[in-house]
Amino acid sequence: MYRLTLLMAALAAAFPAYADPDLDALRAELKEMKSSYEARIQSLEKRLQQAETEPANPPASATASPAAVVEPGPQQENASNRFNPDISLILQGRYAELDDIEHRHISGFFPAGHGDAATRGFSVDGTELILSASIDPYFRGQTILALVDEEVEIEEAWVQTTSLGHGVSLKGGRFRSSLGYQNEKHPHAWDFADGSLMYRALFGEGYGNDGLQLKWVAPTDLFMELGAEAGRGANFPGTDRNKNGAGSTVLFGHLGGDVGVSHSWRAGLSYLQTRASDRNSELDDLNDVAAETLFSGGSKTWIADFVWKWAPNGNATEQNFKFATEYFSRKEDGDLLCVDNTAGGGTCTGVTDRYKATQSGFYAQGVYQFMPRWRTGYRYDRLDSGSVDFGLNNASLPVTDYAPTRHSLMLDFSPSEFSRFRLQVSQDKSMQSVSENQWFVQYIHSLGSHGAHSF
Amino acid sequence: MKQFITAVLLWLPLSAYAALNVFACEPEWAALAREIGGDAVKVYTATTAMQDPHRIEARPSLIAQTRRAGLVVCTGAELEVGWLPLLLRESGNAAVQPGRSGYFEATRYVTLLDKPAIVDRSQGDVHAAGNPHIQTDPRNLARVGAALTQRLTEIDPAHAAAYQTRWKAFSARWEIAIARWQQQAAPLKGVPVAVQHKSFTYLINWLGLREVATLEPKPGVEPSVGYLAEVAARLKTSPAKMVLRAAYQSPRASEWLAQRAGIPAVALPFTVGGAPGADDLFDLFDVTLADLLKAAK
Repeated sequence: MYRLTLLMAALAAAFPAYADPDLDALRAELKEMKSSYEARIQSLEKRLQQAETEPANPPASATASPAAVVEPGPQQENASNRFNPDISLILQGRYAELDDIEHRHISGFFPAGHGDAATRGFSVDGTELILSASIDPYFRGQTILALVDEEVEIEEAWVQTTSLGHGVSLKGGRFRSSLGYQNEKHPHAWDFADGSLMYRALFGEGYGNDGLQLKWVAPTDLFMELGAEAGRGANFPGTDRNKNGAGSTVLFGHLGGDVGVSHSWRAGLSYLQTRASDRNSELDDLNDVAAETLFSGGSKTWIADFVWKWAPNGNATEQNFKFATEYFSRKEDGDLLCVDNTAGGGTCTGVTDRYKATQSGFYAQGVYQFMPRWRTGYRYDRLDSGSVDFGLNNASLPVTDYAPTRHSLMLDFSPSEFSRFRLQVSQDKSMQSVSENQWFVQYIHSLGSHGAHSF
Repeated sequence: MKQFITAVLLWLPLSAYAALNVFACEPEWAALAREIGGDAVKVYTATTAMQDPHRIEARPSLIAQTRRAGLVVCTGAELEVGWLPLLLRESGNAAVQPGRSGYFEATRYVTLLDKPAIVDRSQGDVHAAGNPHIQTDPRNLARVGAALTQRLTEIDPAHAAAYQTRWKAFSARWEIAIARWQQQAAPLKGVPVAVQHKSFTYLINWLGLREVATLEPKPGVEPSVGYLAEVAARLKTSPAKMVLRAAYQSPRASEWLAQRAGIPAVALPFTVGGAPGADDLFDLFDVTLADLLKAAK
């Protein structure tokens, strides 16, 4: 107080031009300010003391009721918004420089649904809407919608248990099967602008199913996961068969762990068994005339996968490397009808006979982040047409020992975790006697909530 | 196969009665859990001080450890948003799901700073709840420790007394240490510093340092050389005494700037294990203060 008076006096002396009433007013104002601040400081000190002497108090009230734990701080957005699901929207588009090829296919393999179409020039090639949330303490749900012109495709829509415990979870609905490594990844999470030849030959893009999945994680230091799926089996290589029961079965197992602090790995083995009834595929016959074939029979696929990742000290921010490879072997056995196309100059005469095929293939890829935000990668695809026997239809349909291959090289730049630009060049020899150089420029942006990406 | 199943079955009940498995997202919570839990807990640390806790891969080994955990202790405030949800989901462990007593978020027990006024991705990697790097203020560790003790006694009542005793002993030592650190840090009051990322908001707030510049243009966004030059120019008018970064961060930006401004670049341990000698929580602050005092000279 003494000092304040001194200051006042000094002020008064320094500015003699100020009249006395002004000084009085100033003094009164200062006094008022001081007392009000003193009161505020006192109350703050009291609060601080309380907080420091009873640090356990707020947690005590928070842990007492689970609802309080779930509730974020009072400064959060309003309550009605908090129950909205996490929403993210993937915006993806590209420019592709491709040869003009009418019937894109992989020589020696039946076309597997969509995924073979390739748009030349500019296109928006994947708009995905992802919604996910906890449903209640027992379930969580997720849906992934692919938005294409004039249609919305439900890629995934499922619920999964969260409270069974013991490492067990049950998922039901439409979901991407957990077989293989790349299968569960949607195009925005791919390391290349297009899918591997292996997945294109096996499923078109990835194997999805309407059904159930039961999964168990072992309580071990080594990551060990076993799972089984039963589903409708309507997608390639199976078909919708209008029957009760399961149309397809998947079994899978994964192992994984770390080697030191810088290396981690995961290996898996999966098996898919399904049946097809009048599965419709178009092939070129021996006269190069389009022939319609209908296959009915069983299809069994084995997939082995291995992923290895490296990051110095386990810190992937600066530099990291990822290696992934998958191998498959598929056996199909049943009857094949080659619909009569003699009218168009074809060789098929409407004969149904036994069809047996064992085919295989693999891809191997490495992606290296050489500096923050920049990655480069190389992928090698190779398929083996294997042994194909059309029976009597060998007379009308081509059997080839051609091995489709492809080399892809990519460079991508990610300004942030939510945006990415990619340049890719591929030398595609998936069709016999065609060697095509493909160029892609691509963007992948994600809006909205921060989706966690799997290993 | 049969033998395998028998082995698993025989081994399951055993593991249930062993020490409580604690899965700590960051080393500071692992150290705190060890201080309170002692032999009653078995602590697994998911990350090291050399890893950026914002960017961790949901590795299979982490899923396996989450599966075994009886208690998951993490920072929260969206720090682990890119990987923890996946671990919890994939683990199939019901006890550690958010909202259950086996899920503990440290940031719920302290008042967060740097709460953004606008939550928009154009602002960079913002955390809507506030700055999550609370462990750089020892008073926050005391608050979290009290809450963690209570949580441990709830989950593992058999060892409740031991937890309380250990916590009391730790807390007493911790209060004394805080007083000592504050005394040591007296010369640091008002010292202007530049930081690479907003990693040290709580430390700066505790010691009364003055943050005059951030090297990242936006949280989580790498500074360009152009932007660094701007920061260097700004430091000419409001000079800093040092540039601070966390041990896991690349030294490039801070060393470039430090050289330009002729001030030391300091890599603080940031968490337990972030520097030689920073082996437990006490060492962490001893090393941090020693580094700061040395640079401020």
